[in-house]
Amino acid sequence: MISTIADYLQYPFVRNALIVGILVSFCASLLGVTLVLKRFSFIGDGLSHAAFGAMAIAAVLRVNNNMIVVMPITVICAVLILRTGNGRIKGDASVAMLSVGALAIGYLLLNMFPTSTNISGDVCSTLFGSSLILTLSTADVWISVIMSIVLIITFVLFYNKLFAITFDEQFSAATGMRTGLYNTIIAVITAVVIVLAMNLAGSLLTSALIIFPALSAMRVFKGFKSVVICSAAVGVFSSALGIILSILASTPVGSTIVAVQIVVFIAFSAVGKLLQRG
Amino acid sequence: MAQIICRSLTLGYESTKVAKNISFSVQRGDYLCIIGENGSGKSTLVKALLGLNPPISGEIEFGDDLRKNEIGYLPQQTQAQRDFPASVEEIVLSGCVNRKGLRPFYSAKERAAADEAMKRLDVLSLKKRCYRELSGGQQQRVLLSRALCATDKLILLDEPVTGLDPKAAEEMYSLIKKLNESGTTVIMVSHDMSAALKYSSHILRMGMESVFFGTTSEYMNSPHYLNRGDLE
Repeated sequence: MISTIADYLQYPFVRNALIVGILVSFCASLLGVTLVLKRFSFIGDGLSHAAFGAMAIAAVLRVNNNMIVVMPITVICAVLILRTGNGRIKGDASVAMLSVGALAIGYLLLNMFPTSTNISGDVCSTLFGSSLILTLSTADVWISVIMSIVLIITFVLFYNKLFAITFDEQFSAATGMRTGLYNTIIAVITAVVIVLAMNLAGSLLTSALIIFPALSAMRVFKGFKSVVICSAAVGVFSSALGIILSILASTPVGSTIVAVQIVVFIAFSAVGKLLQRG
Repeated sequence: MAQIICRSLTLGYESTKVAKNISFSVQRGDYLCIIGENGSGKSTLVKALLGLNPPISGEIEFGDDLRKNEIGYLPQQTQAQRDFPASVEEIVLSGCVNRKGLRPFYSAKERAAADEAMKRLDVLSLKKRCYRELSGGQQQRVLLSRALCATDKLILLDEPVTGLDPKAAEEMYSLIKKLNESGTTVIMVSHDMSAALKYSSHILRMGMESVFFGTTSEYMNSPHYLNRGDLE
């Protein structure tokens, strides 16, 4: 089996998939801890649907590189969601509205202005990311790598501030932190991560890359830093394993990764229970 | 010169006023209790003092070397915090977050300040423990250490003993009193009338019709206190 994997690694598209997959899931799982703890997971979910709508627009416009269209639209949606969603319930409803609206309009656009004969195939691959990660262009790879590095640096530089506003926004605001600004930064980063992660898992499954590693890590670890580190490790491990398994077994990449994450989550929950008793 | 002077504040959100005619001042070393029924605007006043929700009219002036944003705040705990994965040290250090400006990491000086704050509230031994596994009283003391990290000039406590058992509540009160005696000004929002009267030096009683502000002994001789039977 090792030799089969080594064979596959000779192909540049497999190496690209692994590099991008690992970097993107690293970012997604770092961010996930903050999103889950701030009770912002639903924003990730909503944004990934918005990104589907943006993807449809990009397809209809026939731009060379989808990200040029998808990235700005998703970032704008992220800021809008955050700005309008001050009340929790109102925010919830506006995200739900945006996400189903984007799905519907996206599908409608793709049908009205078909870009290929196989619309359902295109839609399926955008939603579940079946093979997108294996067909990345060199430009896609570079965009993903650079964005991921920028995100990781931002995360490290703002780590302590992120902790402060994740734990207690009111307190941070009271000590003079510009919480509105930092929330906007979080929303923008979330949008960027989701767009990058769509190549890996498709728009329906990207939020799994964000929330699963964080939730798994929280079952076992008790400090913020250890949760963040473990979450990143889980994210990277699941994506690498998922990509390799999907190549070996010819299964869709996104769903294989999520399946791995479900298994990891169950294992971590069991370990967490055992530790609690012990 | 007082640390905080509030002149005829009207408080509320957008169009709804929740309290008006609030005037009071806080001197260094005071222990002010803010009391009043639910809905009398106590939380709104707290938010105004912290600069989170500016008053509709009136003014808040800071003086005596106290600047805005130099208030150590102990908020009411939220449900999300009770099961937050973080160590005691991480939480207390986050009180220093605004001191360090744009510098990304904490310096040795800030770590020492955090240790000192934990020591004052008797939680230094819990430093490496997980916050969500602590008792309610311990959690409150951790959050109070965090507030001290932000500043020890003035602390603002919003219902600090809610949800604590009587013993933990009593401990909390005596720790707050100790801080006050060592020179920290205390402003406390409280439902607990007997503790308010026992520990405070001044009382601000918020109410729809009338607002009282004065020393605690003045309050105990005022009609607000003597006629309180019909309120409770």
